[in-house]
Amino acid sequence: MADRELTFEIFRYNPAKPEIKPRMQTYKLKETTGMTIFVALNMIREEQDPSLMFDFVCRAAICGSCAMIINGRPRLACKTLTSTLPRTIKLFPLPVFKLIGDLSVDTGTWFRHLSIRTESWVHTSKTFDPTKEEERMDNKIALEIYEAERCIECGCCIAGCATANIRDEFLGAAGINRVARFMVDPRDERTPEEYFEVVGSEEGAFGCMGLMACDDNCPMELPLQMQLAFVRRKIASIGLGIKQEKKIKMGIG
Amino acid sequence: MSIYQTHITDVLIVGAGLAGERIAVEAAMHGHDVILLSLVPPRRSHSTAAQGGMQASLGNCAMGEGDNPDVHFADTVKGSDWGCDQEVARLFVENAPLAVREMAIWGVPWSRVVAGQRKLPDGRVIEEKKEKEGLITARDFGGTAKWRTCYTADGTGHTLQYTMDSMVLKLGITVHDRTEAISLIHDGEQCIGVVARCLRTGDLRVYIAKTTVICTGGYGRLYSASTNAVINEGNGMFVALNTGVVPLGNMEAVQFHPTGMVPVWILITEGARGDGGYLLDKNLYRFMPDYEPKKKELASRDVVSRRMTQHMRAGYGVDSPYGPHLWLDIRHLGAQHINTNLREIANIARNFAGVDPVKDLIPVRPTQHYSMGGVRTNKDGAAYGLKNLFAAGEAACWDLHGFNRLGGNSLAETITAGRIIGKKVAEYTKDATISYNYKLVDDAVKEQENRIKALVHGWNGKENVYEVRNAMEKNLMDYVGIFRNGKDLQKAVDNLREVYHRSLKIGLRSNGEGPNPELAQALRMPGMVRLALCIAYGALMRTESRGSHAREDYPKRDDVNWLKRTLAYWPDGADLPELKYEPVKITELPPGDRGYGESSAQSKGGK
Repeated sequence: MADRELTFEIFRYNPAKPEIKPRMQTYKLKETTGMTIFVALNMIREEQDPSLMFDFVCRAAICGSCAMIINGRPRLACKTLTSTLPRTIKLFPLPVFKLIGDLSVDTGTWFRHLSIRTESWVHTSKTFDPTKEEERMDNKIALEIYEAERCIECGCCIAGCATANIRDEFLGAAGINRVARFMVDPRDERTPEEYFEVVGSEEGAFGCMGLMACDDNCPMELPLQMQLAFVRRKIASIGLGIKQEKKIKMGIG
Repeated sequence: MSIYQTHITDVLIVGAGLAGERIAVEAAMHGHDVILLSLVPPRRSHSTAAQGGMQASLGNCAMGEGDNPDVHFADTVKGSDWGCDQEVARLFVENAPLAVREMAIWGVPWSRVVAGQRKLPDGRVIEEKKEKEGLITARDFGGTAKWRTCYTADGTGHTLQYTMDSMVLKLGITVHDRTEAISLIHDGEQCIGVVARCLRTGDLRVYIAKTTVICTGGYGRLYSASTNAVINEGNGMFVALNTGVVPLGNMEAVQFHPTGMVPVWILITEGARGDGGYLLDKNLYRFMPDYEPKKKELASRDVVSRRMTQHMRAGYGVDSPYGPHLWLDIRHLGAQHINTNLREIANIARNFAGVDPVKDLIPVRPTQHYSMGGVRTNKDGAAYGLKNLFAAGEAACWDLHGFNRLGGNSLAETITAGRIIGKKVAEYTKDATISYNYKLVDDAVKEQENRIKALVHGWNGKENVYEVRNAMEKNLMDYVGIFRNGKDLQKAVDNLREVYHRSLKIGLRSNGEGPNPELAQALRMPGMVRLALCIAYGALMRTESRGSHAREDYPKRDDVNWLKRTLAYWPDGADLPELKYEPVKITELPPGDRGYGESSAQSKGGK
């Protein structure tokens, strides 16, 4: 891999300048040891084209800001090594999300809207009492909640999802996973019927066509198929009027 | 008159990481209107990256038994090398347990005590008590007398930030993400808000508030090698400094970590060396035993960092396109150990450097990690110099950390300070009114518009923003690093002054239209170099060694002359900060031996 010259074909478009049509622009770069798409894009911007727009924050695969389509697949650019790719690397912005410019998309607004729709906070009647010891929790449950909360909202699952690409209001795997996170949390006092209101529709758990690109593309390797099955089964039984305990143990952990 | 959107609110918070959001939550709970500004969606904030945990003396786990705020206080003051404000440290240690428990009600899945026996890696057997089962547990961290660091698996920062952000959502707090505050609006006495730039469109906006709070995190990205996120450029600090009346405290106090991985500077945790990994130079020679025969690679963080730097300076670094580095070797631990016990390290090495530590060496170099300095505030979080202005978290010098922060005290500070200062902000805002001359606002916007025009048209010069930036980063890295001495620091100050003048002559190569990234960088550049000068000049003047500030030419801590805090001001038209000093408040624990580190051991018995 030493001494390769890489060719980057990068999507360019500024929505504020619709008169300039979307186009592909080519940049050449000499590959270095350990080069990631993060390193490469910064080199291109600093040495060749200071107007190039793309997003990075943590550059360590924990913040979720740098997802883009790399040679046809939604991936985190920060942890994609150029050595794993052919000489020609094609970069596109994620679909579904609103384009800000070039490779930069507005995942923030999309995920905020999702969180508000699913009321993604612990619904509790309890208030904090500073004189009291914390309420106890089984460590296994704490770990289960954490497993469901590991999503970094990068948008890879949404970008890869056929339903999300054709239906604006579809919650997608990230949304369904988000609901599952609160379903397993004993502190959340929502009833099963209330959850049904949130995800028991075509925009929620029943809109999925089962193509499973979400699961294939999740850089955190979250068990998204499992989460969907968990939420669907729970929601279906509520819809059919089957009485059940509020908390069903997830099949992960 | 210019055309721009104006937003008016009670409390304006710049920065939506943990400190900013905690203050927002407190202010909103007190009934105030709040707007949060953030460079990125709040959940992408650098707070999210903190994996370790937050210190709070709950004393629930076996190894934490008998812990209390007094023990936490002593650890924090010693850790700071007596540089911290002890009133603040006291306030912090008393409130940290409340902050942790409150986050539990709001949704953080803290790891919990599991009853029963457990064998530690060093062979000791501990027993967690049945009556403590289910309470919040803690893990071990350097510099603490008890196991005190509360955590959620390996994602403490993530779960804290997501939970805090869920409270922001629940309370309906307004968040303007992809928005950057580029200057404070003030009349020299009071702050009335900020001029901001929308990073979606490039448009300027005005925010007017009774109270403005700076919570923008650290300035790691002033250094070429930092473990920090790319957004940590010290924005809040330099917009405060640029007012000329708000000082920054202790900017010379910069913490380094020995093993940032080259070239992405992601942290390789101490676990690698703890399990028997060692450091090699370009000749594949293990050099640490020559410098530290007893502790070798396991000397304290600052000591190992200093030795590595010394060795590279002597010409034993490995050359790379990203500068010289050393090797971390864990190959001898074997595939099974690496792939199980050191799995995270192995994954990071494979994903980010493309090396397999089972058969390859890992390139590492000491890397900037944390900034103890920041906007100087009193114990209520109120900034010096301007009314209506507050600061909290890593952006502030509150001053909890003095000259060295303990692991687990940074996350703890964000939330605990947010809780304490949030209440103060809420009280302050209740009695505050805004009155200002509109011309003040208009002039503030015009000044920024003119800066942008000058950059776009190259009216002041044609300096390349990235070259200026690289020169700044290199000077800090080479001369204001882990080891410092008068000669190098003087060189840094001289060079950075020159870089500063270049930063005033930047001209864009692109057109600067819309959310142009080159323009964003160019707007920040003079402020960043000012911060760099505050660090370098403060370090040059401080002729002692204290905590992370290690002077080769002044290796001892000097309490007689230097038990004081540096305050850096930036007078109008200057090319160097003006330094003033104030005494460090000692209320409970008089200066003594830390019990570790070279400088304090030598300072025993007087100095």
